[in-house]
Parts: sequence; C-alpha cells; structure tokens
Amino acid sequence: MIASLGLILLCQLVAEVVVRALALPLPGPVLGLVLLLLLLLARDRFKWLAVGPLRQDGVENASKGMLAHLSLLFVPAGVGVVQQLDMIAAHGVAIALVLAGSVLITLLVTVATFLVTARLLSMWGAR
Amino acid sequence: MSSDPFSLWVYLSQTPLLWLTVTLLVYAGTDAVSQATGRNPLMNPVLHAMWIIGAFLWLTGTSYTSYFSGAQFVHFLLGPATVALAVPLYENRHRVIAAIVPMAIALVVGCVAAIVSVVVLAQLAGLPEPVVLSLAPKSVTAGVAMGISESLHADPSLTAVAVILTGIMGAIVVTPLMNALGIRDFRARGFAVGLASHGIGTARAFQVDAIAGVFAGIAMSLNALITALLVPVLVTLLVR
Repeated sequence: MIASLGLILLCQLVAEVVVRALALPLPGPVLGLVLLLLLLLARDRFKWLAVGPLRQDGVENASKGMLAHLSLLFVPAGVGVVQQLDMIAAHGVAIALVLAGSVLITLLVTVATFLVTARLLSMWGAR
Repeated sequence: MSSDPFSLWVYLSQTPLLWLTVTLLVYAGTDAVSQATGRNPLMNPVLHAMWIIGAFLWLTGTSYTSYFSGAQFVHFLLGPATVALAVPLYENRHRVIAAIVPMAIALVVGCVAAIVSVVVLAQLAGLPEPVVLSLAPKSVTAGVAMGISESLHADPSLTAVAVILTGIMGAIVVTPLMNALGIRDFRARGFAVGLASHGIGTARAFQVDAIAGVFAGIAMSLNALITALLVPVLVTLLVR
C-alpha cells in the first residue's frame, strides 16, 4: 500500500521535474499518468520489473482505492465557490447557462461521433 | 484544554484537523443520502457537500483560506488520482484497443466541442476575457484544469469552480438525456460523460453501469492529455 502510493507519487514527481525542465505545455499529473501506464506495460514485457508495488496488483489496488472516492477529491475546490461570490453575483447566471450549454453540446457531439464511427466501422468490416 | 468554549473554537478553527474532519464527514453524509435515494442524479454528493460546507463556513465566519488549510490534504490527492487513471486504462487496454477508432475520433471531436462551445458561448454572453479564459479547460479534472488555467494566466480558482459545476451538470443530465435519446451503447454513454464531465461524470457513470464507468475513466484520462495540448491552441485562435 505505502510502496504503491510512493510509486504513484514518484511518477508524478518525475513528471513534474520533466515538465518544468523542458517547459512542456502539459500538467505534471498527465505526464505522470503516461509514465505509470508505460511502467505497467513494460512490466508485462520484462518480468524483472514485477517487484515491490508493481508485483501482484499492488499499485493497481492503491489506484482503484483512490479512484473509488474520486468525487470526494473535488469537494475542497468546489467549496471555493464561497470565494467567488462577487463574481457569481455579477456573472453567475451567464456562467451557469454557458456551462450548461457547453455540457449539453459536448455530451451530444461526443456520443454521436462515437456511435456514428462505430456504426460506419462495423458496416465497413461486414463488407 | 480551555474552559472557555470561544477560545476553544478559535483554536480548533485554526487547525487543519477541524476542516479535514468536516470535509470527510459532510461528504460521507451526502454520499450516504445519494446511496439511500438509489443514486438519484439530483442527490449528487459533491453538489450537496459544497453548499453545506459553504453555509457552515459562512455561519461561522470562517475564511476559505482557513478552511483550505485542512481541506488541502484531500485536494492534494487530485494529482495522484490523475496518475492513478493509468490503471483502468491499462486494465482495459484490450477493450480500448478494440474500440480505438471510435474513441480516438470521438475524443478529438468531443474535446474540440467542449473547448470551442464554452469559449464561443461565453463570448456571446459578453463575459469578460479573463472569465472566458478561466472557463476554457472546464471539462477536465480539476488538478489538470487548474494547471492549464495557470499557464493561460487566467484565474485557477474560478476554473476550479467551473470544473466542478460542469462535472455536476453532466452527472445530473447524462442519464435522462441518453435515455430520452434511446442510446443503449454504454461504451458511448460513458465515454461522452467522462469527456464532458471528468471525475464527477465518471463517478456517476460507475453508478449506472460498469462498462460505462470504464469508458468514462478512459475518456477522462485521454481528455486530460489532449485538452492540455489543445486549449492553448484553440484559445489563441478564438480569443483575441
């Protein structure tokens, strides 16, 4: 558990260093995700990597534990609404409408693109 | 131990312990209510935890800064949780590869739709430019969105609020919307809500269907990657 958390933090730490050093236009955790994914894929190829947190579902279980409570992690930032009360008084209705409109557009465009592409592919595959 | 309850309060309200406890207990409560109502979308645990804690801070005259001194321990985990998304991606790599083409195309089209729609709508609504910039990365997980916002010299705290509102709106609307449209492909439903509404949408997808949850998690992690690259480009094209 501790070693697995340590590995997750290490991926983020290495990624933050790389992002800063190379001035990449990418948040550190995103590069950290890529690093951990590469480590897991590499473990399947090189058996000697299956040690410590990479052995027998160690890092997998720690990650799933964290992701099971993902929505809790948004609460502290969400309470930040109290800091934005002036902004909300001035533009709150507009911001809410803009966000709601954008969410609807995004959901519809994404689901339609996925379904149409999958349908076209299966028609093409059936030929 | 002080005998004066007021000085005890002054002491406690300055320690991280109190606000960390409040955050965890209020969330545990709103999550239990959400579960008890059969995961009714309107009982979203983040939404209700937000206003309850917000009201508590207002009633006790506590500043967000002193609240955050405790809550930051929870907030900090957003970064590692983003890294942890590698695991569902890895475990479902065969399913991902099988649906790679629809996912890749839906990812790019959906990501562009998420950014362009919010920027254009915000401009049409006449919102000032710093607000427009702060809203642009609203469809990705808070840790990443705040990073993007910072690199745009926008307001990361406003971005955080936009991210959470976007997550809650998507989580509330996705099930009735998809049911009304008669869409039964849970891969597509999950992918759409994960892309539009990041972690809060993904948590909702897992409540509805396991496959939807997996695809939502994939969409959320890939969207975090591509949004970080696309927002600076699209914002330069759209905002001038």
